[in-house]
Order: sequence, then C-alpha cells, then structure tokens
Amino acid sequence: MTDTVIDQTTINVAPEGGLETKAVHAWFGDHHALADVSLHFPRNSVTGLIGPSGCGKSTFLRLLNRMHEFIPKSAMAGEVLFNGDDIYAPGVNPTDVRRRIGMVFQKPNPFPSMSIAENVLAGLKLARVKVEDKNVLLEESLTRAGLWKEVRDRLKAPGASLSGGQQQRLCIARALAMKPEVLLLDEPCSALDPISTIRVEETIVELAETMTIVMVTHNMQQATRVSRHCAFFLSNGGPGRLVEADLTEKIFGNPRDSRTADYVQGRFG
Amino acid sequence: MNDMIPAFEVPPHAEPRRPWRQTGRTVLLNGGVVVVSGSLGALIVATTGLVGLLGWFVATILVLPPIAGAVEAKRGVRAVTSRIVGASVLMMFVSVALPWVSIIWTVISRGAKAFYNGFLTTDMLVNSADDPLNLGGASHAIIGTLLIVVMASLLAVPLGIVTAIYIVEVRGRAARYVRFFTQAMSGVPSIVAGLFIYATVVVAVTHKFNAVAGALALSILMLPTVARTAEEVLKVVSDDLRSASYALGATQLSTTWRVVIPTVRSGLITSAVLGVARVAGETAPLLLTSQYFVKFTTNVIDGPMASLPTYVFANLGVGSENSVARAWAGSTVLLALIFILFITARLIGGRNKKVR
Amino acid sequence: MGVEAEVTPRRLTVGRTRSDKVFRGVMSLGGFTSLVVLGLIAAFLLFRGFEIFRDFGLSFITSSMWDAGSGDATAPARFGVAPMLVGTIVTSLIALVVAVPFAVGVALFFEYYVPPFMKNVFVSMLDLMAAVPSVVYGIWGYSVLMPHAVGWSKSLNHWFGWFPLFRVPAPIFERSPFIAGLLLALMILPITTSVAREVYSQAPRDQIDATYGLGATKWGAIRTVVLPFGKGGLVGGAMLGLGRALGETIAVYLVLNLVFKVNLQVLASAGGNVASLIATRFGEASPYELKALMAAGLVLFMLTLVVNMVASTIVARSRRSS
Repeated sequence: MTDTVIDQTTINVAPEGGLETKAVHAWFGDHHALADVSLHFPRNSVTGLIGPSGCGKSTFLRLLNRMHEFIPKSAMAGEVLFNGDDIYAPGVNPTDVRRRIGMVFQKPNPFPSMSIAENVLAGLKLARVKVEDKNVLLEESLTRAGLWKEVRDRLKAPGASLSGGQQQRLCIARALAMKPEVLLLDEPCSALDPISTIRVEETIVELAETMTIVMVTHNMQQATRVSRHCAFFLSNGGPGRLVEADLTEKIFGNPRDSRTADYVQGRFG
Repeated sequence: MNDMIPAFEVPPHAEPRRPWRQTGRTVLLNGGVVVVSGSLGALIVATTGLVGLLGWFVATILVLPPIAGAVEAKRGVRAVTSRIVGASVLMMFVSVALPWVSIIWTVISRGAKAFYNGFLTTDMLVNSADDPLNLGGASHAIIGTLLIVVMASLLAVPLGIVTAIYIVEVRGRAARYVRFFTQAMSGVPSIVAGLFIYATVVVAVTHKFNAVAGALALSILMLPTVARTAEEVLKVVSDDLRSASYALGATQLSTTWRVVIPTVRSGLITSAVLGVARVAGETAPLLLTSQYFVKFTTNVIDGPMASLPTYVFANLGVGSENSVARAWAGSTVLLALIFILFITARLIGGRNKKVR
Repeated sequence: MGVEAEVTPRRLTVGRTRSDKVFRGVMSLGGFTSLVVLGLIAAFLLFRGFEIFRDFGLSFITSSMWDAGSGDATAPARFGVAPMLVGTIVTSLIALVVAVPFAVGVALFFEYYVPPFMKNVFVSMLDLMAAVPSVVYGIWGYSVLMPHAVGWSKSLNHWFGWFPLFRVPAPIFERSPFIAGLLLALMILPITTSVAREVYSQAPRDQIDATYGLGATKWGAIRTVVLPFGKGGLVGGAMLGLGRALGETIAVYLVLNLVFKVNLQVLASAGGNVASLIATRFGEASPYELKALMAAGLVLFMLTLVVNMVASTIVARSRRSS
C-alpha cells in the first residue's frame, strides 16, 4: 500500500533510518566516477562527506536516494541498504525510496508558483499522502527548519519571496514534511551568505537528534561545526574512493591516513 | 576497525549495472499490454459501429492507456496515473504519426499510377487531362516551379539577408521596428500576397498573368522567412569576433563581409533553402498571378506559366480518374522536391543548427 | 573636500569612413523593404477597399449577402463577408481545440518520454510535416480524410445531435467546417508542437529534481513544474497556429463548401472562409467586386496580423523569461 498516513506522534522517537552501502560504484557512461564505497551511516548523527571537488561525493549522495539514475547512460554496482533492504533490488519502487530518504539541494529551489505553505506541503500533494491535520504538520515542519517564527504571518506569500537563506530553510521544511528517516543534503549552504549559513547549520544540528543526516560539504570548518562523523573521499585521477571514515574529531585531529591528514591540514583541495 | 566501515567480503570485480532500466520482464509486460489492447480493440470493432483498420487503430489507442495503468495497480494510485499519462502521450504521438504516414503513403502509391518514362519530360499541350496515363506529363510544371522559385529567390534572398544584416550588424535606430515589421510580414496570408500582386502587377501593368508576377508574390512570402532565419544565424556570431576585427582597424563593411558572413556562410545558405522550401509548395498566390498553362514554356513575362502546385490543383479540378491520378503524381514530385530541399538545408546547416 | 569642478560629459560619436556610411545606408535601405512592402500592401488594400467600406459601412462585416449585381443600377451589388469571416474563425477554432491537446501530449512525449537518440529523428519528422505544402494536405484531405470524417460526422450527429452545433439541416456531411477544422488541426500541429516543445525543454531542471526528491512520479513532476512553466509558451504557440489556420487557403478550399449564410452547425456541408472566397471569385470578378475582394482581404490581413503579433510577443516573452 503506498497511500500512507503519517503518524504524527512519532517525531521524538528515534526512527529506523539505518543506511549502509556495500561496495558501491558509479559510472557516467564509460567514465568510472566512484569505486568501492562501503560505508555505514550512524543514526541520529550528521555524517559529513568531505574531500576535494570532483571526487564523487555528490554522485555518491545521489546514489543513496536513487537520483543518480536520472542521468542518461549512468550505471552503478553494489548495494545500498536501507533498513536492511537493497534499494536497487528489482521490484523496488524508487518513488517510495525518495519519500523516505529526503534530499535538499545546493541551490534553494522553492516552487515559484506556490505559496510558502503550499511549498511545505507540496510533497504531500505529490505523494498523495493523507494527513489528519495539515496545519499541525505545516507548523511542525517549519519549526524544525527554524523558519516558523519568521513566516508564520505570511504563509500565503509566494515561496520565492523569501531571502536565499530562508528559501533554503523552506526547502528543508518541505523535505521534513514527508517525515523522512534520512535526510541528504548536497552542499546546502554553498549558495548562501554567512549569516544564513549559520542559521541553516544550527537547524541541521538540531535535526540530527531525530534523524540520520548525510551532508556533502566543501567547507572543512562547516564539517567540524556540524558533523559528528566524517567520511573523506579522494580521487587520484581515477574513480573517487573512500579513504577514511570516523568521528569528526578523529578525522581532523588524528587521522589514520596521510592523505586525510594532508587534506584536513589544507595542503590541497 | 570502527563502526563506520562495515566488515564484509569485497567482491573482486564490479560490473556496472542499471537496475532501474527496463528488464526483459518489463519489455514482455509492455508487449502483453499491446497485445491485450489490440485484442480488446478488435472486440470493440466487432461489436460496435467502428469499422475497418482505422476503427481498430482508434479502439486500440483508446484502451491501451487504461490497460497499461492497470499493470501498475499494486504500486498505488500515483504509479497508475503516471503510467496512464505516459501511455497516453505515446498514443497521442501514434495518432499524429498515422495521418502523416498516410499522407506520404497515399501520395506515393496513388501518384505511382501516373508515372511512366516520359512523365517528367512531357507537357500537357497535346493531351487533355483525362487522357490515358501514358500520355502527357508534368515537365511544364516542373520547369515552371523552378523558374518562378529561382526568380523569387533572386529577389527575396538578398533582401532578406540585407534585412538581417541591418538588424544585427548595423543596428540602426529603427532596427527594432524593422524586426517587428518583418515578423508581422510573416503573417500575411498567402492569398492576400497573391491578391496584392494581382491587383498591382497583373491588372494594372501587364494585363495578363505571368510568371514574374508569381515570383513577386512568392517573394513577399519568402522574405520574412529568410530574414528571420538569417537574423538568428548572424546573432550566433559573438561580438568578440567583431571587436577583434575592429581592433585591427577594419571598417564595418570589411568586418561584415570578410569576418561575420564567412563564419556563418552555411547558415545563410540554410536560411535561403528554407525560404525556398516554404514557398515552393504555395498554391494560392500562384493561382492569382501565374495561373496555369499546359505548354512547356520559359517565357516569364508573357502569359501564364504552369507550376507544380497549380498543376495539381488544375488536374484535381477536372475530376476524372486519370486527371486525379495526375494530380497525385504532381504531388509526389512536389513533395519529393520539398524533401530534397529540406534535407539539403539540414546537411548544409547541420553544424550550425541548434537542435534544442 | 575641495570644490568639485563641473564635469560635463562629452558625447562620443562613432567616426565612420565613407565606405561604411554607404554600406550602412544601403543596408538600411534594404532593411526597410519589409516595412515598405507591408505598408504598401496594407495601404493598397485599404485604398482599393475604401470605396467598399464607404458604400457599405459596417454592413460589409455584418451582412451575409454577396451579390455582384448586374453592373448597372437595376440590380445593385451587395457585399457582406459575415458568413466568410465567421466561417474562418469557426474552422480555425475547431482546428485549435483539436490540435492543442495533441500538441501538449506530443511535446511532452518528445521532451520527457523519448530516449535521446530517438528524439532527433522524431523532431526532424515534425519539421518535415511542417514543410508539406497545403495543396498536398488539401488533396489528401479531400481523398483520404473526408470519407472517414464523414463517418465520424454521422456518428457525432447521431449520438450528440441534441447539441445545437451538431445538428444538421440535411444528412449531407461532405465538405463541412468540421472536416476543414480537422484538416487545419493537422496542418497547425507541427508549429504549435514545436513551440510547446521548446518551452517544455527549458523547464527548470532543479525544480524537477526537487519534485523527484520528494518522491513524485514522472507525471507529478510534469504537472507541478513543467506544465505551469510552459503555460505562456503554449499560449503563444497556439496563437501562432491560429494565425496559420486563419490564412490557410487551398486546403480549406478543397474540403469546404462555401455557402453565403452564417452557419454554426459545424457538421453541415456549408461553411465560409475569407481566403477561399477570394480564390473562388477573383477570376470572374468585375472591377467593383474585385474591390470588395480586396476589402475582404484587408479584413483577413488585419485579423491574422493581430493574432500573429500577439503570438510573437507572448512567445518572445516566454523565451526571455527562461
């Protein structure tokens, strides 16, 4: 049954959200972009994916919610296990996966034809999900995204009328309204000014208490501020690979691999 | 190690796969949907008023989307709806392709009857339109179309390109209005262009139908097409190129003639060919200006001249079986001419064309 | 700080060589041809048709009588284009109503459902369809489409005859506005689909991604992002198609029976079309009737001009905003 009812009482209970990849590869046509990534994402934590540009971090992120396949001639290998089941198994409905694993993109993209309230609830309309009280969900999602106080008086205003940082928090609220178990963030602050960045980072840290979050970031300081765990990716001209994954303080303070040490000490990338 | 790297056997070699693609199973399923729809369509034809092959097509096209949707039933309403929409747009494409295929097929099959060895080299001077099909031909129409279209091009192509140069290169103060009026001119109905030339040239000047009048009418229709395409082609040239030329001390004339135009030469040729393709098949303006004449002639100023569209029209008007067959044959020649022009334009302009 | 000196801007002019001045002059002359030709056509039609408008006034547009008269005062000529004008609009509207849904469907099909390697082939097919001459559409419409369409008209009349537009005075269904409208729909489909396709291809990719990220199906993404985005372009494309339909002559001539009475019963064998009127009557027209035909041509010209200009503005605006 895919028409679900969202249970509004489960918000504070640690949900499922077990996400793990096993020997995952990615190709664009003949170009081998990502090789052999096996990673387990700890629950109720923000895991930062760090590494220089072009080493496959965003590609890896898109493999996690089956968005990679929209690129023509793309291919993959390996398994992505969500609560123990491979999301690439035959018969799996990708739209179901994307409902339960949410994504926020680099550039804020609220729907211009919708108001703020309609934007937040857009996912419900798209997924034909029934909710007992839309207004409760609306307020809850906006509060979790740290936006409620700022927009409570103008919920009917167009979604595009907000500032960049507010738009991005609106997109976060929109993703949260689906009550996803995992939230993927692709460089969510790179298009924002410093003040908005801080606000969004605060939001992300709060959300981690109830969800599993995976965040791609170029900004090492951001990784240390926001993520409790980190995974370092590197590409030596070939496909991107996972070099090291551990608690953030270990990655930055006492990394095991010399390449990790070179990166976090700013010697390249 | 740590709890972030799962411990398990790494497979030695990874093969790229596309688990989201259609498997053999889904292809089979789609085939099944088509077969079921076809059968249901046949059933509908047998039981209702729908008749024939066309009726079967229509019935099948109508029942296929719901059947395709039903296959997704266990995935829920949204998946079913999305699948129905996907099948429907495919059916819409098929519905649009059907008449198009029919046109090509009918023109070729019905026109073939009138083709014989001398069809392209004889005119209809000594034969009447309902004579047997191994007499007479369309040579007068073919040469007529060629002459009239060439004359129209001699007028419209240079003017069209000059207009485009004025808009893009000279950029005079009135450029915006010129562009606007060129656009507006493309909205002149073909009959009105014919009427205008009829009233001014045919009635007032020459007092008889002639090919030059026909060419004038066609050039009115050709000019906006050539100008608009040439304008788009010239716009592709980046201003950096022009700046480089000016920085070397070139005049605007030199820059345009030696730098800009050679860069887009193939695009300009394409615009000319497209203009020709647009008017080669026009009937209405020619009916009022160059009319129709059964004799093969190259006299462009004295008396009417046949052309392929008027040949088709005239023979269709006679209405007998043979004349209609001739009309179809004329259509075949005309269609072949247009397609050749089109393919030529594509081949020439291939690199410049932006297929979005 | 100190007193600021007055700064007067110095106008810079482009110093042009003699040859350039000549070049620009010649190009300008050529560029103005369209203005001149268009103006000439409009002026000429107006001039010649003026007499008609003076003699008949507004009744030229509203009356249904077209009678060349006998040339002398015994039987005066009366000219009215109402049935032809109404007929042109009716057939064009039928064409629009039929063509637009198919244009949307086929455009979506090309942009979102067809694999990329097949798309070029199909788009070329679409362009070729636009290049087929009207006389070929006409002869096909008369020989192939009409027999089938007559059958459809019969069914429509049988099942929906209670609807006033589908009633007929006599069971003759050949050469009706309905059939002409269907043929016109086929003829305007390529251009409307092209414009729609172009606009749909520019729908913002990041918003489409956002809908997929929320778990939408393909239809959900199209319905939420692509269709609202493409509304303007679609309207522009529809109007361009309408402009083409309004001016179409020869195809309509072959599948429509001209009758001088305003007829809204689209299945009946009676209709009007200004362009066909001109084509039919110009051969035997007296000088006075010729002026009436020019007045009719002017009316048609104005109509298509307005429609095409509005359409171009809408299409240009939707192109700019993307």
